Amino acid sequence: MAINRIDSLFNQKKGLLSIYFTAGYPQLEDTMSVLSELQAAGVDMVEIGMPFSDPLADGPVIQLASLQALNNGITIKKILDQIKDMRKTITMPVVLMGYVNPVVHYGFEKFMADCKAVGVDGVIIPDLPFDEYIEHYKDMMDSYGIHYIPMIAPQSSDERIKYIDSKASGFIYMVASAGITGNIKASLDTRTAYYQRIKALDLKNKTMIGFGIKDKASYDHACVNADGAIIGTAFIKHLSEKGVAATKEFVSAIR
Amino acid sequence: MSKYSVNSNGYYGRFGGQFVPEMLYPNVDNLKKVYQEILDSESFQKEYKQLLKEYVGRPTPLTYAKRMSAAYGTNIFLKREDCAHTGAHKINNAIGQILIAKQMGKTRIIAETGAGQHGVATATVCALMGLKCAVYMGEVDIQRQAPNVARMKMLGAEVIPAMTGNRTLKDATNEALRDWISNPEDTFYIIGSVVGPHPYPDMVAKLQAIISEETKWQFREQTGKDLPDYVMACIGGGSNAAGSFYNFLDDESVKLVAVEAAGLGLDTADTAASIARGTEGIIHGSRTMLMQTDDGQIIEPYSISAGLDYPGVGPLHSFLAESGRATVLAATDQEALDAALELTRLEGIIPALESAHALAGLKKIDFKATDNVVVTVSGRGDKDMATYMNRFKL
Repeated sequence: MAINRIDSLFNQKKGLLSIYFTAGYPQLEDTMSVLSELQAAGVDMVEIGMPFSDPLADGPVIQLASLQALNNGITIKKILDQIKDMRKTITMPVVLMGYVNPVVHYGFEKFMADCKAVGVDGVIIPDLPFDEYIEHYKDMMDSYGIHYIPMIAPQSSDERIKYIDSKASGFIYMVASAGITGNIKASLDTRTAYYQRIKALDLKNKTMIGFGIKDKASYDHACVNADGAIIGTAFIKHLSEKGVAATKEFVSAIR
Repeated sequence: MSKYSVNSNGYYGRFGGQFVPEMLYPNVDNLKKVYQEILDSESFQKEYKQLLKEYVGRPTPLTYAKRMSAAYGTNIFLKREDCAHTGAHKINNAIGQILIAKQMGKTRIIAETGAGQHGVATATVCALMGLKCAVYMGEVDIQRQAPNVARMKMLGAEVIPAMTGNRTLKDATNEALRDWISNPEDTFYIIGSVVGPHPYPDMVAKLQAIISEETKWQFREQTGKDLPDYVMACIGGGSNAAGSFYNFLDDESVKLVAVEAAGLGLDTADTAASIARGTEGIIHGSRTMLMQTDDGQIIEPYSISAGLDYPGVGPLHSFLAESGRATVLAATDQEALDAALELTRLEGIIPALESAHALAGLKKIDFKATDNVVVTVSGRGDKDMATYMNRFKL
């Protein structure tokens, strides 16, 4: 089996920038153009959000984008169809992020098989608990070569983080501060202390920091403390205000 | 251990579980570890029972409904949760959970509410205990349940409108969960129904079990008979039904009947009957019967009753329905309104619109003259007077 693109990326580079965007947003057929623009702008990895009617971990900006995309007519089936030929042009790792109900409804294994077929490298399903993944889905996902990207948060105990690290693959998604996407409540000192606590655990997996990373300063701060950072809400805001064509402008302001 | 009890992973059969983001894992896991021990402790039991008796006014009456019984040709008993302080069964659970919250050292309480009854109950116990309280309520519900909003505010709670989705109970629950994700250290989330991630469905069922505990001895005392033939309750999330059924679950001779809100009708899109019209899915942390599209998006429900206007149902009830232990019926808005008026005119009790659905179920069962039927009147109708005034031209 070919090496997963996420693994190759982390072997090559540090200070990674991953960008999240919502599929089918702003227009239904924008998914591929945003993806191509992001690659052209030089980002290292992307997360494509699969909209859900009730996105628990998301703040108002991503909620609104999800709602608009759903109103545009986006579905999981449609997303997989839109990106079915992406590997003709897209070389960076692609992660799909969505909530558990639509994925289970689509059929968990069918979803993984279809992800593999179109060249998706990993999935983030925030409300699929890690233990549920280990018990029911890990072996199956491994057989398709798709990483389940686990999250950890400031409240996660050392013991819990070490347990997750011992079983995880791909990378670990470090939620920057207690909260939903686009919302950063913790002070810089609190975040630094949390980042350093994780660093000291000397995890075997690579780490990416997300939730509340919005500009060059927060990106740089994250990169000092982890292998890279993920920006979502700030990019969605930019997309909604300036459109798909201004993608490069956003990325250039970060690095 | 009853075969209807939750297992150690939080499942009733295949329903239930703990589908929460990792950000909530420490909170939910911690609660899972301590709730049973707290519930079993002597100090908790003493304080809980004392408050139920001296503050809530329990036991609530079991009333033999003489004229209703004559009208239906059977024996109907009403379990009168409408007589509980704050006007509904919701207070039983709110008192229990706030004692647990205090035991865990939490200083801020959040809750979601549909009809406002759980919000009022939570605001009430927060005033009683001197804790800060924020209640999320859908903007639409804020409009249709204005008296309860005023009560919560008078009790010192902050009422935060949920502006997403249909702006009803589902959306209020989403916002409360987001608040909890954002405030994991000091905040305790008092969920109002037998929904949410494990251990909430089990914890809330156990805190509402007082309803059937009382019904059991009251029925024996009043009739000299061991058990009723039927126990009926309305079901949205299902907390009053869970409490009404709980101590009868293993008495298989007792027929358990849950009545869902059919809204404008089961064959219309405007319904909240999750068991009749739903399919298996995951909402608010548990796997259960859920109204959803072919793409797994959650469908906005509809019922005239704000308390039943929820697209899912507690996982226990999905299991009881599937296993055949409970029979699930559905009553339309109009049937519930008719039943509310009937109870009012025959027994002098104005029920909540939610409870009226349980009463509407009476018409759908062919009772024998010898049957003993207990119907839980989960709350009183004061909060629904605007709807009653409008529909009955009062």
